Parts: sequence; structure tokens; C-alpha cells
Amino acid sequence: MNVYFTLTNTFFMNLDFSNDQKFLQEEARKFLEKEGALLRNRNVLENKSYIDIELWKKIVELGWTGIRIPEEYDGLGLGHLELCVIAEELGRFLAPVPYSSSVYLFTESIINYGNDQIKKEFLPKLVSGDIVGTLAVTEALHAPSASNINVTYESGRLNGKKIAVPDANVSTHALVVAKSSKGISLQIVDLSSNGVSIEHQETIDESRGHFSITFDNVEAELIGDEVSGWEIYESIINQAAVLFSYEQIGGSQASLDMAVNYAKERYAFGRPIGSYQAIKHKLADMYIALTLAKSNCYYAAWALSTDASDLPSASATARVSATKAYQLCSKENIQTHGGNGFTWEYDCHMFYRRSKLLSLNIGSLNNWKEKLVTSLEQSNIN
Amino acid sequence: MDFKDTKDEAKFRNKCLDWLEKNASYKDESTPQNDDFANKDKIAAAKAWQKKKYDAGWAMLHWPKEYGGIGASSMERIIWANEESKFDVPKGIFEIGLGMCGPVMMEYATEEQKGRYLPAMAEGKEIWCQLFSEPSAGSDVAGLKSKAIQDGDKWIINGQKVWTSGAHFSDFGILVVRHDPNEAKHKGMTFFFVDMKSPGIEVKPIKQITGGSSFNEVYFTDVEIPDSQRLGDIGDGWKVAITTLMNERLAVGDADGADVEDAFRWAKTQDSQGEPLLNNGAVRDSIADWYCQKSGLKNTKLRTMSALSRGDTPGPEASITKIVSAGKLQDIGNFGIDSLDMAGMLRADSMDIKGFQNAWLGAPGLRIAGGTDEILRNIIAERVLGLPQDPRADKGIPFKDIPTGN
Repeated sequence: MNVYFTLTNTFFMNLDFSNDQKFLQEEARKFLEKEGALLRNRNVLENKSYIDIELWKKIVELGWTGIRIPEEYDGLGLGHLELCVIAEELGRFLAPVPYSSSVYLFTESIINYGNDQIKKEFLPKLVSGDIVGTLAVTEALHAPSASNINVTYESGRLNGKKIAVPDANVSTHALVVAKSSKGISLQIVDLSSNGVSIEHQETIDESRGHFSITFDNVEAELIGDEVSGWEIYESIINQAAVLFSYEQIGGSQASLDMAVNYAKERYAFGRPIGSYQAIKHKLADMYIALTLAKSNCYYAAWALSTDASDLPSASATARVSATKAYQLCSKENIQTHGGNGFTWEYDCHMFYRRSKLLSLNIGSLNNWKEKLVTSLEQSNIN
Repeated sequence: MDFKDTKDEAKFRNKCLDWLEKNASYKDESTPQNDDFANKDKIAAAKAWQKKKYDAGWAMLHWPKEYGGIGASSMERIIWANEESKFDVPKGIFEIGLGMCGPVMMEYATEEQKGRYLPAMAEGKEIWCQLFSEPSAGSDVAGLKSKAIQDGDKWIINGQKVWTSGAHFSDFGILVVRHDPNEAKHKGMTFFFVDMKSPGIEVKPIKQITGGSSFNEVYFTDVEIPDSQRLGDIGDGWKVAITTLMNERLAVGDADGADVEDAFRWAKTQDSQGEPLLNNGAVRDSIADWYCQKSGLKNTKLRTMSALSRGDTPGPEASITKIVSAGKLQDIGNFGIDSLDMAGMLRADSMDIKGFQNAWLGAPGLRIAGGTDEILRNIIAERVLGLPQDPRADKGIPFKDIPTGN
């Protein structure tokens, strides 16, 4: 009865990051702390600047934009696991930079689906920060699917409108999901081209900018092939989900830490509120959700780094549990802080906003649950 | 990250598997395990299997040689347990003795006693139980009241223990009792081991909500225990008990029973208004949640094993296992029964339906045994997250003056 779906007869003795990877994570944490990334996020939120350019430039200088890019294209030539530890730290400090759009989505797509010429053209400039990319898929107030894409690609030209595109203001290029008479394809668009207009859209988390992009007869460059764009998009999302999940557990941990510290220091009825079981049990539940999510992220990181056949279910499992953990930790962090948690002054709301934003960026919880169950059906586990 | 055994681990695993294949048969996953281990045939079969393992050196791998072990590492122990769990072999009788009583004897008994009792325990010749909880001392086990009065070189025990797994077929038990109610709560206790056949011990099975009986009430009426069977100093009972409870926390892990695979398989075939139940959005939502919990626990275990494999101390992450798995078991049982709609109350012949009903009936016990959901949350909050303890009404006063209610 209790046969584990995919792990039967396999024994995993090293589900952990290497010392080098842990060192990289530690350095990333120190850097973001020293740079006051959390305060920078507040400034971006308050000034509506949608990005901290100075922090982004420093991140580029550190080489984080080229972690997975091979050395022949000026990158560091490291693996997905290194990307995971960086993602966790960016999530912990709510770093207001276009890293997820440009690295998890755009760069990974170029690495995985670009031909040699595209790689040569894009990868070195992605490392140097001269190119920043994003992914444009949503067109209306519902989930995108292969059957409701209306941006068209015909005769080498793109027409239509995308919405809720992250970081489009600082992106030089976008990967656009479009349809033609042949099917769905992915197109690379230079956002400085004639016919592109970008407009800001107000969101629930203004520390990260989201934009509509209108394409009016805009030139584009095909990546992948002309028919399997949706499958490619799904595969990009499945991989990126692991990295988004790492940002989510970083944010969950920060929210839990904040709540624990506050519960130790805040007194009510003559004792720390953390000595009351109502608070203890709430915080224990946050710890439980985070631990489940973290462990699932470890497995998904392994699956991503080895291109394991169960990556779709592993990444969906990580994504669902990380989304749930972050939503729980960020909302209960506000609750633990009482009235203070509801003020603009305290940082709780920044995590609450980001938890929601990250839970939407590559598709909602419901959709990921559905993906998970579908992947279980396809692998026919029982 | 990689998921391969080290060379030594792989060699050891092959050795385990080699012996197991020669001496047992693989589990047939289609027949659910029966957890009623109280009948005589089952006990005899369990003893025979334990003896076979003992003779071949597999019984207590991590114990020292002189007591029947080979001084194996934690990793080797896990590898053995992993491999053994694939085989259809008896379990559920020796866990408490070997997992909790053994370590206490190892730490506190005399050399002579260790030589007398530990090999017999490892061999399965003698079964041990643990006598801690009392009717008014459950989560607050230090609130126990059973009395020990010293009389020369022996002690006279009076009182009642409860929730004692396997007391009805045990040969010996470990026991913590109060020798001085005038002392503060945690200071007035002393620890013994006792022959369960001693005059004055009466064992009464407790009928559980499942209808089965794996626990007992154990009554002590003027039971005599020689002072030589005291473990630890007079007044050190709590300290010794804590050693045991720490081992219990390691021993109580996953809740066995219907799991997400069963729910999934069931939902694929069960009809729901002309469609497979699996097409129902609410069911898919639940299955996704249970799968995430199940994977989360499995992967948490792998993280713990990774630390052990490196020779490191694992982090506190394994503390979530029982809370998550017992709650999941209850929900899955509930789901399976609901899926039959108005017929869900019927005790049907189907193994699947039995599995769901047993899960639903058994899970409440698992949410309590070995630390309630609430106590475990306190432990996570206090020991893992470092939150302050509750102020206590039982500190700094003699035990007899502590309010007890009913």
C-alpha cells in the first residue's frame, strides 16, 4: 500500500546542498543584508520606482545573472542548485530586482531552447546586464491557456496586447507567447522596437512593477518551433516553479522569524505573547508548513538539477507547498503582530504582498494543484 | 546532491537484502497489514522471526556485541529497517521493549542485569512494556501518583497505570512511581523495572473505539520490587523517564494506514454521479494537499538520513512527522467514507473501504499517542522556535499541594 510514487527502491542519502553551495548562500545573505535589501524594497514600494537599479547593478557585478550560463558565454557555468540558494535569499529579503523575470524565465528559456546563434547573441549580454528579459503570457483576467492566446504572429510580425508582464519597464526583451495559423509559438521581441508600447499597471505589490505591452506590427524572432510553443512554455514554467518556490520559502522563513522574534518580545497580561499556546500553536503550524515546503523544494531542486523524469510532479509539489507555506506564514505574521502588523510602518505587509504576488506570477495555487494531480494521473501512480 | 549509497552503505545494503531474501518473502502490497498483534499465533510468529534475526546478528544492530548487536551506525540501522520493511515479517511487539526499555537498561542497569536481560530482550525471548501514564497523568505524565514505599531492601508499589501497550503479553516492564509526595513534582519520583508476573499486578485490556485492544490498564496492589531493580538514584525517576521519552519520540513516526495513493486509486474508479470521483474538483484539491504532505514527510526523512549519512546530527525537522501524518490519515479515512455517500456507514467487505474506515477510526488514537497534537506543537514552539514556556501552577510546591481537579 504505502509505496512511494517515484522513489521505490531508490535511496537518497544526500538530499542537501554541498558546502560550496551553502557558502554561496551565506555570502548572498550577507550581501543582501549589508545592502539593506528589505529597506530598499520599502523605498521602491513607497517611491513607486518598481526596481532598485543600484542593487540590480551590484547583483550583476556579483555574477548572479550568469550563474547557469556556460563559461563560453561569459557565465559562471554553475548549476540549478546554485540558482536555488540565491533564489531563497532574494526571497528572504524581498529584493526589488527583476531577477525572477530575467533569470528564471528569460535566461533559462534561452539556455534551454535557444539555438547557437540566439545563445551567442543573448547569453553574454544577459550576464553583463545589457540585456534584461521577461516573459509575457497573460492577456485577460483569467488563466492563460493554449486555447485563449490572442496575440498573433503572422508574416514575421506580432500583434496584440499582453498584461501583467513583470519588469517590462527595465526589460530590453520579452519572450512572448503568440499564436499563428500553425499553432502556439514563443517569440523574442526587442522592446525598443517600433510598435511596442508599455504601460504601467497598478498592482497589489507595487514593490515590483507590472506592465501591459501592446504590439503593433512588431518584428519578432522565433525561439523553439512554430507549433510546440505551449509545451515549451509549460516546460519553462515547470522549471521556473522550483526557483519561485525557493523565493517563497525564503520569504516564509523571514515571516516566521519575524513572528517568533515579536512573540518573544511583546508582552501582554504580564508575559511574552509567545508563552501563550494560542500563539505557540500558530507558530508551530507555520514551522510545519514551511518544513514540508522546504523538504519538497530540496527534492524538486534535485529533480531540476538532474532533469529527472518526475520533474513535473516534483516542481508542482514544491510550488503548491511553498505557495501555501508563504501565504500562511505571511498572513499569520501580521496576526501575531496584532495592530502593529496592520500598519504601513511594520514590514509584515511587504511579505504579505510579495507572498501573493509570487503565488500568482507563474500561475495560481489552484492551477498548480491541478497540474500536480494531472501529472500524477499521467505517471499513473497507484 | 545525489541519491546514491556510499560504497560501504551499498555493500551493507546488499548484505541485508541477501539475508532477507533467503529468510523471508517480499510483502504483497495488495493485502493490508493487520494491526491486531495480540493473538497467540502472532506473538509466536513474531518471537520466531526475532530469534532468527538474533541468531544471524540482525536483531539489534546498533547494540554492543555482548548484548547481541554489532555496534552498527545509525545509517546502517536505517538501511536495515528500510530493507526489512519490504518484507512480510511480523512487527509491533518488540518496538517498545527494544526502542525504549532497552536503552534505559543499557544506561542505568548493572552489568550483571544487562547481561541477564538485554540479550533475552534482543532475542525476543522476553517482551517488555512501559508503565508511565496514569489516569490523571497523560500529557502531564509527571503528575503520576502511583506510590512506592521503601521497606528494607525492597519497595511496595500501589496504584494504577494506563495506556500500557502490550502489558498483557509482556514479561517485564519499566515503571516510574512517586516515592515522596512531599517533594516537588519532578523530584519525588523513582524508576524501576518490574517482573510483570509479580503477585499483585493485574492487567485489564482497554477496549478502544476501533473495537480492538492494544492498550491496558495495569493495577498494582502491594507489589514488591527488590531495590536492586531500581534504575537511577532515588528521586531521579523523572530524569530516567525523560531518557525513555526521548527514545519514544524517535520511535513514533509515520502513521500507518490509508494514504494518498489509496485515495488516488480509489478516486479513479469510484463512481460519482456517472463520472470518476477523481474528476471532482474538491477531491483533486484534497489529493494535491495530501500528496504535498506525504512528499514533504518523505523528503524530510531523506534530509534527516542525509545528515546521518554524513555523520552529522539531524536538524529538528523530523519533529513534524506525527502531527502531519496522523492528521492526514484522519482526513483520508474521512474522504474514503464520504465517497460512498449514504452507504458510507456500512461495514463493507472491500479492503479499500475497510482501509478508509480503519483509518478514520484509528487516527484519533494516533493524534494522541506518543504526544498529542497539542503537546507536539508546544514542543516545536519551545524547543525548535525557542518560545518561552507557559507559566506553571505546579512549580516550587510539594506535589501533594498541587491542584488536581478530578
